[in-house]
Amino acid sequence: MSTRVVLDRSDISRALTRIAHEILERNKGPGDVLVLGIPTRGVPLATRVAATMTSVEGVEVPAGALDITMYRDDLRLQPARALARTEIPPRGVDDAVVVLVDDVLFSGRTIRAALDALNDVGRPRAVQLAVLVDRGHRQLPIRADFVGKNLPTALTETVQVRLQEYDGVDSVAISAAGDES
Amino acid sequence: MKSHLLSTADLTKSDALRVLDTAAELRSLADRPIKKLPTLRGRTVVNLFFEDSTRTRISFEAAAKRLSADVINFSAKGSSVSKGESLKDTALTLEAMGADAVVIRHGSSGAPHRLASSGWVRSSVINAGDGTHEHPTQALLDAFTMRRHLGDLDGRRVAIVGDVLHSRVARSNALLLSTLGAEVTLVAPPTLLPVGVSSWPVATSYDLDSALEKTDVVMMLRVQRERMNAAFFPSAREYSRRYGLDDRRFARLPDHAIVMHPGPMNRGMEIAANVADSHRSVIVEQVTNGVAVRMAVLYLLLSGADTTEHAAGEPTA
Repeated sequence: MSTRVVLDRSDISRALTRIAHEILERNKGPGDVLVLGIPTRGVPLATRVAATMTSVEGVEVPAGALDITMYRDDLRLQPARALARTEIPPRGVDDAVVVLVDDVLFSGRTIRAALDALNDVGRPRAVQLAVLVDRGHRQLPIRADFVGKNLPTALTETVQVRLQEYDGVDSVAISAAGDES
Repeated sequence: MKSHLLSTADLTKSDALRVLDTAAELRSLADRPIKKLPTLRGRTVVNLFFEDSTRTRISFEAAAKRLSADVINFSAKGSSVSKGESLKDTALTLEAMGADAVVIRHGSSGAPHRLASSGWVRSSVINAGDGTHEHPTQALLDAFTMRRHLGDLDGRRVAIVGDVLHSRVARSNALLLSTLGAEVTLVAPPTLLPVGVSSWPVATSYDLDSALEKTDVVMMLRVQRERMNAAFFPSAREYSRRYGLDDRRFARLPDHAIVMHPGPMNRGMEIAANVADSHRSVIVEQVTNGVAVRMAVLYLLLSGADTTEHAAGEPTA
């Protein structure tokens, strides 16, 4: 079946740059902002967004990672998953504006788990959500504050995000169900 | 991973690394203000201890509680076992209470295996030490501690010194460490090496001094006086002189080498007090790491279904 590339390398780069600017605009600068990526592919995205914000403002914006595996609501339904690393910048999340970053926003369940996980790390002043792709089909009342691209999809389709850091290439592609390539 | 943890011999290299990697992530939890995860909420873990234990039971209890499981502690003293109840009837009682995991320590080798294979219980069985057979979670936490200090264990040299004959820790460690690629040498007097040790994947030696200089890890074993029903060595003093880790021997270890002991220690017998308290002794850290490793074992055994069917069409993002 067909695989369609919807974002290429420069599209992704422009989307992330725009998201970085939107975060700065919304929060009136980088003060207290902390960017946390959700493993796997949210982590390099968070690093890139934070790097852009740092270079625009000239102030270091800390980035980290928040593993949500132990907070998932489907742990009993699936084989045990490997854990990823949680790295909270030394500043901590208390009273910070935490921007969660993930690659694809779909059911919203990952973000619900992330909010629970964050709750056990500390108490942020506010939590915002940035995603590279919003593909719809939410199962929970969750929405993104910053979206790279809204991508209307059918439930049978899969969205695959590839990033330089893991896959050697930057791209977002849609393919029909059962088609892995 | 299998649904039980009975012996380190059942673990492949990838199983073992999975436990250790998971434990490494869970270890960071100890530094957080809230040391609790919701993962096993609503699950019940029974600690079934037919033998005395402090650190193993407390460690399993802490691990289960940090994963939000309910914990029921059962020790043979003060229970119906002292009235003569059999393992089978105890197991059926636990099954009726709906235990998801049974952590068992028993004085008889093979009791956990009997429990797991008998069909008396449906829960996962975790061996927390059976007789002189195995103590897999201790071996996993020892391997975890070694990895934290030395990195990859492939090609590392480990000397396990002392009462190998009665030590379930030694057996589990010998099997696990060789699975992970380490070279294990058992150092003990001939009377304290088990029959058939030649079939183990290890080297043996009667001479501690010759093993010291090229070793990365020295693991001292407790002299188990409660299991000593024959004259295995002439006197405690002689044992201590030939197989004890004293200051003089400690000084001859390589600079990066670490000293381990599964506890409880006989200070002045197999290990000198100075050595036990030195900066290269990781004995206290072993206890901290034990909680993370047991969390990893409980997580991998208890969360998740046996089948992968469900994974396909379900939205996860």
